[in-house]
Amino acid sequence: MYLYPKWIRIWHVINALMFLILIITGLSMQYTDKENASYVVGFAKAVRWHNFAALVLVLSYILFVTGNILTNNGRYYRIGRKDFLSNMGKQFKYYSSGMFKGEKHPFPVTEERKFNPLQKLTYVLAMYVAFPLLIISGIGLLLPEITITTFFGISGLILTDILHITMGFFLSIFMVIHIYTCTLGAKPTSLFWGMISGYHREE
Amino acid sequence: MKLFKFRIIILFALIFICSFPSAGSFLLKTENATTQDTTSFVSPFEADNNRCFKCHGQEKYEYTNANLGRQVKAMMCSERIIYKNDFYLSNHKSFSCTDCHSAEYVKFPHSGELRMEQKYNCIDCHGGDEKFAQYHFEDIEAEYQKSTHFKMEGDGFSCWKCHNPHTYKISVRNKSNLKETIAYDNAICLNCHSDFNRFQLLSNKKEINIIQKHEWLPNQTSHFANVRCIECHTLINNNIPVSHLIKPKKEAVRLCNECHSKNSLLMASLYKFESKEQRRDGFFNGIILNASYVIGANRNEYLNLISLIIFVLVLGIIGIHIILRIRKKRNNY
Repeated sequence: MYLYPKWIRIWHVINALMFLILIITGLSMQYTDKENASYVVGFAKAVRWHNFAALVLVLSYILFVTGNILTNNGRYYRIGRKDFLSNMGKQFKYYSSGMFKGEKHPFPVTEERKFNPLQKLTYVLAMYVAFPLLIISGIGLLLPEITITTFFGISGLILTDILHITMGFFLSIFMVIHIYTCTLGAKPTSLFWGMISGYHREE
Repeated sequence: MKLFKFRIIILFALIFICSFPSAGSFLLKTENATTQDTTSFVSPFEADNNRCFKCHGQEKYEYTNANLGRQVKAMMCSERIIYKNDFYLSNHKSFSCTDCHSAEYVKFPHSGELRMEQKYNCIDCHGGDEKFAQYHFEDIEAEYQKSTHFKMEGDGFSCWKCHNPHTYKISVRNKSNLKETIAYDNAICLNCHSDFNRFQLLSNKKEINIIQKHEWLPNQTSHFANVRCIECHTLINNNIPVSHLIKPKKEAVRLCNECHSKNSLLMASLYKFESKEQRRDGFFNGIILNASYVIGANRNEYLNLISLIIFVLVLGIIGIHIILRIRKKRNNY
């Protein structure tokens, strides 16, 4: 089943590479010390690469949003109210116990339903909540002169940074879980190959 | 589609809120040279000093030229102007002009030889005086003698190139005046290092370009507004409030993590005034947060711990999931 058109695969690989660079350089900036300078990328280099990767990531995010508006791919991210919570419960039950008892996937992948309810919620939260907040707070840190100086008596830069590193952290956790759940296909590697070839292999 | 439009509106609203311009907050405040008459101090030498201020206290002066037999108006050399109010607000306000300058100056026209008079340096009056022991003038003098500026003393460098004895006012750094202190201290350096005419008095270099020289520094504007030149260009001495050992440019701090780290250099320099003060909300080097924010130096120990716990938990759950999958696969065989 052809599920991943070329533009999605290109966006996905750019997104993944840039995000890896951003995680490594972001951790380097946050944790660089005089004592452990050799364990992470040097601060100056980290700043340069972080800024570069962030710019590419923003451009790829624009590609993602534009693609979802102009193509039918956007429909996979629409959350219906009907039975959404109970469907999420079913999916969670499948991941936590059903799959070990040999039960069938409650929401098998079809051309109309690329994501299961849990996937859909986490993807929407990641791409339409965490990502915009990460980008906005990143712009605030890149251009500190445009960031509000105080917000209810607290420095705007601290709040911006906390928002940025929190979103960065949650998206990093998302990436770890995302990579792991991608081993849950027909074979541990089949979903990865699907994202390379564009074809989803039936379980 | 409606939902998408709603998301876009929210996005733009957030961008607008977050990028609301904080106009003026990063601009350096400049002092008005023509100060108002605000000082209530009455000098015991007011009458004597007024004879000097009559000409030197303003840009224009007037005198009777006996040879020409008429009044002459002339412009005062800018280097010789001392605004009366600035002087009476300074630390040296209780002095008579002739305490430091030759008594011969009371005569007008001044003798040309007076221009060659030997001027005092800080240590000449403040050295060895118990009253000023807390300022460690002897240590400052020792540091100055090791500094790169001292090498130019033969060409005319002295304390007065940085500290104007007529207007000098001690400023003690604290939470509320930090930005003003940074701007004031940096203005001392920029007075020569951004004014080619003044710079040329002591250097043969063909040009100065602070912006170009610091091109390597990310967020240059933010750095210039939030730290002093001396943070990177001096050797820290814990014995004195402000380091005076200006290092040669090759030895200036260029490693970002000297400041952007848990053991930030800033705590021993710009924030040494109360570096022992710690905020209780878990931020390392918390005192910096009162005036600024430094990536890497202001990491939060609670957030570090929470993120580590979440990360370990996620890895643990994934590990358990993998074990259960392996067991299921073995059972199937």
